Amino acid sequence: MQRDWLYHLREMRGTYAAAAMFVVIFTVYIAKHQTGWAVPVLTTAANKGVLLAIVAMAQTLPVLTSGIDLSVGMVFVLANCLASHLVVGTPLQAAAGCVAVLACGALCGFINGAIIVWGRLQPIVTTLATGTVFYGIALGLRPVPGGDVHAGLADALTGALPGGVPAMLVVLVGVVVVVWLPFRRSVVGRAALAIGSSEAAAYMSGVDVGRTKLVTYTLAGLLAAIGGLLLTFVTYSGEASSASGGVYTLNSIAAVVIGGTSLAGGAGSAIGSIFGALVLRTIGDLLFVFDLEPLWQPLFQGVILLAAVSLGALQLLKVSDRLELFR
Amino acid sequence: MTALALRLRKSGHLPVLAAAACLVALLLLGSLYSRNFLSAEYLLLQLQIASFLGIVATGAMLVILLGGIDLSVPWTVTVGGVMSAAAAGWWGATGEWLAIPFGIACGAALGLVNGIGVAWLRVPSMIFTLGINAVAQGLIVVQTGGFAPQDRATPAMHLIATGRSLFGVPNALLVWLAVGLATVFMLHRTTLGRAIYGVGNRERAAYLSGIATRRVVALCFTLAGACSAAAGVLLTGYSTKAYQAMGDAYLLPAIAAVVLGGTHILGGRGSYLGTIVGVLLITLLQSILSVMQIPEMGRQITYGVVIVAMLLVYGRGKRLSD
Amino acid sequence: MEPILRLEDVSKRYGGVHALERASFACTRGRIHALLGENGAGKSTLIKVMAGVVQPDEGRIVLEGSERRFLHPQEAVAAGIACIFQELSLMPDLSVADNICITNPPRRRGLIDRRAQRRIAEAALARAGAEGIHPLAPVSSLSLSRRQMVEIAKALAREPKILILDEATSALAAADVERVFALLRRLRDEGLAIVYISHRMNEVAALADDCSVFRNGRHVATFAAGTRSNAETVAMMIGRDIEHAYPPKPARSPERDEGAAAIEVKGLSWNGRLHDIALAVRRGEIVGLGGLDGQGQREFFLALFGVLRGVGGEVRLDGEPVAVRSPREAKRAGVGIALVPEDRKTDGLMLPMSVRDNISFAALDRFSRTGVVVASAEAAAVGEIVRRLSIKAPELGDAAATLSGGNQQKVVIAKWLLNVPRIVLLSDPTRGIDVGTKQEIHQLLRRLADEGAAVLLYSTDYAELIGCCDRVAVFLDGRIVRWLAGDDLNEHALVATALDVSPEAAH
Repeated sequence: MQRDWLYHLREMRGTYAAAAMFVVIFTVYIAKHQTGWAVPVLTTAANKGVLLAIVAMAQTLPVLTSGIDLSVGMVFVLANCLASHLVVGTPLQAAAGCVAVLACGALCGFINGAIIVWGRLQPIVTTLATGTVFYGIALGLRPVPGGDVHAGLADALTGALPGGVPAMLVVLVGVVVVVWLPFRRSVVGRAALAIGSSEAAAYMSGVDVGRTKLVTYTLAGLLAAIGGLLLTFVTYSGEASSASGGVYTLNSIAAVVIGGTSLAGGAGSAIGSIFGALVLRTIGDLLFVFDLEPLWQPLFQGVILLAAVSLGALQLLKVSDRLELFR
Repeated sequence: MTALALRLRKSGHLPVLAAAACLVALLLLGSLYSRNFLSAEYLLLQLQIASFLGIVATGAMLVILLGGIDLSVPWTVTVGGVMSAAAAGWWGATGEWLAIPFGIACGAALGLVNGIGVAWLRVPSMIFTLGINAVAQGLIVVQTGGFAPQDRATPAMHLIATGRSLFGVPNALLVWLAVGLATVFMLHRTTLGRAIYGVGNRERAAYLSGIATRRVVALCFTLAGACSAAAGVLLTGYSTKAYQAMGDAYLLPAIAAVVLGGTHILGGRGSYLGTIVGVLLITLLQSILSVMQIPEMGRQITYGVVIVAMLLVYGRGKRLSD
Repeated sequence: MEPILRLEDVSKRYGGVHALERASFACTRGRIHALLGENGAGKSTLIKVMAGVVQPDEGRIVLEGSERRFLHPQEAVAAGIACIFQELSLMPDLSVADNICITNPPRRRGLIDRRAQRRIAEAALARAGAEGIHPLAPVSSLSLSRRQMVEIAKALAREPKILILDEATSALAAADVERVFALLRRLRDEGLAIVYISHRMNEVAALADDCSVFRNGRHVATFAAGTRSNAETVAMMIGRDIEHAYPPKPARSPERDEGAAAIEVKGLSWNGRLHDIALAVRRGEIVGLGGLDGQGQREFFLALFGVLRGVGGEVRLDGEPVAVRSPREAKRAGVGIALVPEDRKTDGLMLPMSVRDNISFAALDRFSRTGVVVASAEAAAVGEIVRRLSIKAPELGDAAATLSGGNQQKVVIAKWLLNVPRIVLLSDPTRGIDVGTKQEIHQLLRRLADEGAAVLLYSTDYAELIGCCDRVAVFLDGRIVRWLAGDDLNEHALVATALDVSPEAAH
């Protein structure tokens, strides 16, 4: 039984490291912040951070299968634009609108999966192309920024619950409990890891590779749509911004890597990616709070990002069989 | 599958032929819409525009051949443009003729850092170049915000980007031609070119065959950085001003052009001829969509659908049961 | 007793090659049936047909009296046939328990029941005799030997009626081999039918109840174990007397024993895996590395070739000390070491590239001036070596992947011969190659030695070591424990030294 803890620790070490990084950075941030530990500060941070965290979760799933989804940012934007049309009116209509938006995201993900599985195209080029299609549709929905969203729902979700807990955090935890944890513990979740670890061995062992990938990419689309829906509640509008979509896609990849998941697949956790996303968000705020010249902030962010993803290189120092460096 | 199709597929030329066929189809389609479409003037203009993408795609192709990807294109392009304009401002008279090499050298330096990160630190190229992209952005913000340098293009840059010195052929096209010929020569006639294909196919086997694989990787990323920066220099010449976010519109089209031209995204296979056809295809597609005055929405969707459709024809992988 | 599984008149063709031709086979409950034959005799293909990995072109599979077709390996597993291949089917990043229960795991409320899964894994590991392996350990942290045990446990967890092992002991440490033998006997007594492929005659002698010999895709004979002598069996396997299969070795002459060795190694150690290796090989000698798989032979070659970091000790070439820090330095004209790696598909060839490009890949500097390749010189050299090695490739521009295994291996060797190396290291070069090409390679090695190269050959095939090598160094746990030469160089001595069960050998 002793050894069990060790194995668990080893398996989750990426996640714990990312969590530790986040705690440290966030503590410094709060300490340096004018207002400090106060509900409005936490709520603002949560509202911004959770969005990227959910998109990072979306990105984690395909990465586990050693694929990638370069369209998550665009599904995010598409969901935002769609929500600004549908999540309005009576509570019932708004609820139906939410369901429609999530269904749309899942459909986008399913299209990705279908092309990858039946079309046998590589994930990177597939999602690159579908990303532009999804963006085009978003543009069609919202040629100019606008729209509206159910005010009551938006206020509720972007505010704080009694007790000071930001509502967004509760939503995030909810998504983790309802989507990630069941996925992780289910047969299809483990199959995803198996495929990422060795697709050939997984196939030989009877894993249904096609079905697993379809489910994985569909869930990724669903999660991205959840993020887009939440964005609508934060901005009260829909905007088809390709810059924003691109930034979210690329940041989600960075968040996944910082969160300890390898781009080669086979191991990792969406919870680590959540912390990776929160780390990324907080670093930006941190530089602001330290009164760093706004001019230097992008450079610092870039350098820190580079350093964070290069940390893995330290392990190379103990490699004594150079063949291990090559695939 | 017919015998002809099988032979085509085996020879590896199927992607290039398919892309070329699509190109011809696009030309015909465009001509149906507007009589000007097939005019020499319009076609030369297209080639001129294509040259910018073509130079970026050259660098992108080298990296993709290795089995990697260069996501630092957007801000490396900007670095090339901004730094070359800045050099002209900093160093007065000498700056005039140093501008272009300096801009390209800055891009090459960024590319070299990419190469070191990927080859020696073994960080996946996707994420490392992403980081370098962010760093490049940071550097440009500092550079342009803090030091308010000159951002105007030198006359030389403008001439190369927009002039037509040789029988009415756009200079930019000549630059692409030169870059392209050099690349084709390198890939098919030199030991470096063989090494690139070998590393892209299987770095392990190339290493065990005594190739200095890390140097090859670093060199390709350096060249890619130089290409991106060169395109930035040209763009600055074209619009006579360097501006931020110059390069954003070039990353996805460059990758798409390379892949549509038949280069395998996982590396090891592809010919430059295919990349040329891919670049022309993307450029023409974008032109047609704008000539037909299709709204941006339609353009984006058509763009993505065409790429997927073409890849489904010739870019499919093998079945697992094989 | 009625056989539980029968294969009748099974044929399988790959292009023009007949992997199996009207082959027949039958195995019975409660008996261990050994499959014997050279590489390329059809054993592996037969196994794959039984396990549902390949479909036969002709023939029938009859399981427990009814005719069956297995379109996917899992169908065979569901029918009770479990197969353990040489290429492991484990996912390295997943835990042992996850791997063992990868298909059809126990479920609770739709999710995987981890506790039940762990119990199943522990039971399977115990049945396989591998209680020391922790079910939560990631497979990537286990040695090759342990992974093989997990593979066996995984097969046992499916409660098979027929267990097939394809060279399953090749990666095992000595103590584990004993455990696996005991396990197989236990399973046989419990009523399983066991089919066992191995190249090691001693294992077959110790384990088998029945033997079947295959040659060139055809079934030659089936007999009860012990009713034929080793020599008779080998004769059936290769179709000719063993003495004539290998090129003659030069007599040891006094002049050859003088002068500096082509390569001399002293005190070579690495990372706790290689300890104090010392040997000297003269020009014209073929020295073999023997011992069970995974005793450091591969690592020794990698160390000489410059792949390993932190190698201690001294290496001298023709008397001059050298430090080889990379394969690039190793192949340099002044050093001249060549390594033919054992996995040609991942380490020796770039499969999608053309045969011509593969052959010239390591020697491009010889055909180029200032980096530009001189196509005519390259084509001439490639053409010449293709002729010299009789490489059967219809078009040199075709991808290397289209060649047969034997010709692929010749391409790898050709690649290195273009450099005219003075020291040639070959790591199990004839594994998985047809008999005819194997012979050609043996003759080539002797020619290379006669032309002045020093050849080191690592092989898991005893017959090859005995037939080709002038001397053999037997490895055990990263050390050379014994040298065998002349009359001492026989199978009994090789096996006895290799299987030396001592406290250090247990992992």
